[in-house]
Amino acid sequence: MKMLKQGFGLIIFTAVLAGCSSTQTTEAPEPAPADTGAGSMGADSGSVVDEPTEPEVQLDTVFYFDFDQAILRPDARIALAGHAAELKSSPRSVRLEGHADERGSREYNMALGERRANAVRDFLVLQGVDASLIETISYGEEQPLALGMSESSWSQNRRVELK
Amino acid sequence: MRNHIIKKVALGIAVIVTSVFARAELTIEITQGSDNPTSIAIVPFKSPVGLPEDVAAIVSADLQRSGQFDPIPRKNMLALPQSASEVFYRDWRALGGEYLVIGGIENVGGNYQVWYELYDVLNQRQIDRDRATASPKDLRGLAHFVSDKVYEKITGIRGAFSTKIAYVEVQRDKSNPKNATYRLVRADADGAREQSILESKHPLLSPRWSPDGKKIAYVSFETSRPAVFIQDIFSGQRQQMTNFQGLNGAPSWSPDGKQLAFVLSKDGNPEIYTMDIATKRYSRITNHFAIDTEPSWSGDGKSIIFTSNRGGQPQIYQVTLASGRVERLTFYGDYNARSSLSPDGKTMVMVHREDGVFHIAAQNVETGDMRILTETHLDESPSIAPNGAMLLYATQHNGKGILAAVSLDAGVKFRLPSQEGDVREPAWSPFLQ
Repeated sequence: MKMLKQGFGLIIFTAVLAGCSSTQTTEAPEPAPADTGAGSMGADSGSVVDEPTEPEVQLDTVFYFDFDQAILRPDARIALAGHAAELKSSPRSVRLEGHADERGSREYNMALGERRANAVRDFLVLQGVDASLIETISYGEEQPLALGMSESSWSQNRRVELK
Repeated sequence: MRNHIIKKVALGIAVIVTSVFARAELTIEITQGSDNPTSIAIVPFKSPVGLPEDVAAIVSADLQRSGQFDPIPRKNMLALPQSASEVFYRDWRALGGEYLVIGGIENVGGNYQVWYELYDVLNQRQIDRDRATASPKDLRGLAHFVSDKVYEKITGIRGAFSTKIAYVEVQRDKSNPKNATYRLVRADADGAREQSILESKHPLLSPRWSPDGKKIAYVSFETSRPAVFIQDIFSGQRQQMTNFQGLNGAPSWSPDGKQLAFVLSKDGNPEIYTMDIATKRYSRITNHFAIDTEPSWSGDGKSIIFTSNRGGQPQIYQVTLASGRVERLTFYGDYNARSSLSPDGKTMVMVHREDGVFHIAAQNVETGDMRILTETHLDESPSIAPNGAMLLYATQHNGKGILAAVSLDAGVKFRLPSQEGDVREPAWSPFLQ
């Protein structure tokens, strides 16, 4: 049983790697283009409305996890590949905050939150982001996003926030 | 290099060491008593007029809370004896009373002196008497003294009514759950006389009493990341013990009070460390790529039990300090964490998941048999009383975090809900002088 689970984890991990290398080349959004002056024109009201503005691609900054797991989900990997591309082209310091849901013991959840933050960090580093730019911290179950004693709340709280 | 001294960090206004009595005391709701409790009458004590506490009522509540006793209600009492000459056994036999306590409070030179006498109603004899003195502020302490003596005389087990508890109270902003006020609180074992000893806008967790009952170790996030602190309860003086990258958590005192065990992940992975408190020299105890955390010392100080997911899920392991040898202790269920040993070393309690629900469970150390003690949900943080009779734990009730207690045989249960905020992470003090 245990062997099976580990094997499964390995398959997922391999899929992760395969998935991200392709996303990186095809789907990673370009860094947002520099402001071309639309803002200054905005002072003059009226004309801006007709200006076709390109919607800025907003990458997810919160990544969710399964219970007692620190494995990145596919949607998180796509968004993180985008962040990695951004961070490589315009490096800045980021803080990864790991969290757990309220179930189970508090200090174990503290370690679990760290595992999750580390999983995100490791992914970014694997994508070429400078590790020295990334700080990780775990809050365990101390800072829930959603209050409530059900899976809908718990699933929102098992997360890493990129800041 | 070997002497890892950590510089004292100047602590600004991030935390406030407090010593004010707080508003919201915990109130007790007994949810399950013993099947066959001992009937006892605690007669109202002879007292000076205007005494601020009803000492006999406190004794009665203490004994009832233990689950071992069923106090006779005052309104049923046929007489209210205030001296030995006024005791008539037939009055108490008629009510089915097995034991009788009478007593009084006297003002002696500005202090209060309590006296009590304990009678065996069935055998018609006095079996115990004693007296004690305390400051006017400590009438409740005198009541707990009587409870301890009566409990021990009848059950043969040392009473723990005079002990204290510590816990963390959190007031959370409902519209912004991340915005919260944390308080580290000390209270009597019955939840009364609660006193805030630290207040912070940042998470506080894992309080643990030193074996002499004078200090509390805990984790605070006030430096923007977790750090282990030790605080003197009476002076409020505090010392930061760790300041490493990553996790700094789960402090646990060695039985002699000279060392702390805790978890650090400074080398990339959560491992158990021990630190000599006086010198701050530390050494790494575990070495595994899995999570190792929540250390708790054995009574002889020779080994540490801890939580590890090295087998795929959290389970309890034991490491022998001299050899470093690690042995797995739990095999039942797929989630066992936060373990500690009873004072006699015969029982190990822990958080245990059964059918997706988190309970407190007890494992017989010798046989390995496990028993689930609680019927509540989301149970965590078990902390055993120093006499080994009961444990406190954190659970949820009506959508709030509360403290609850259960006897180690699961026969007695009660709740200690707070009127305000969420309470969690109870730590039962050792016996105090």
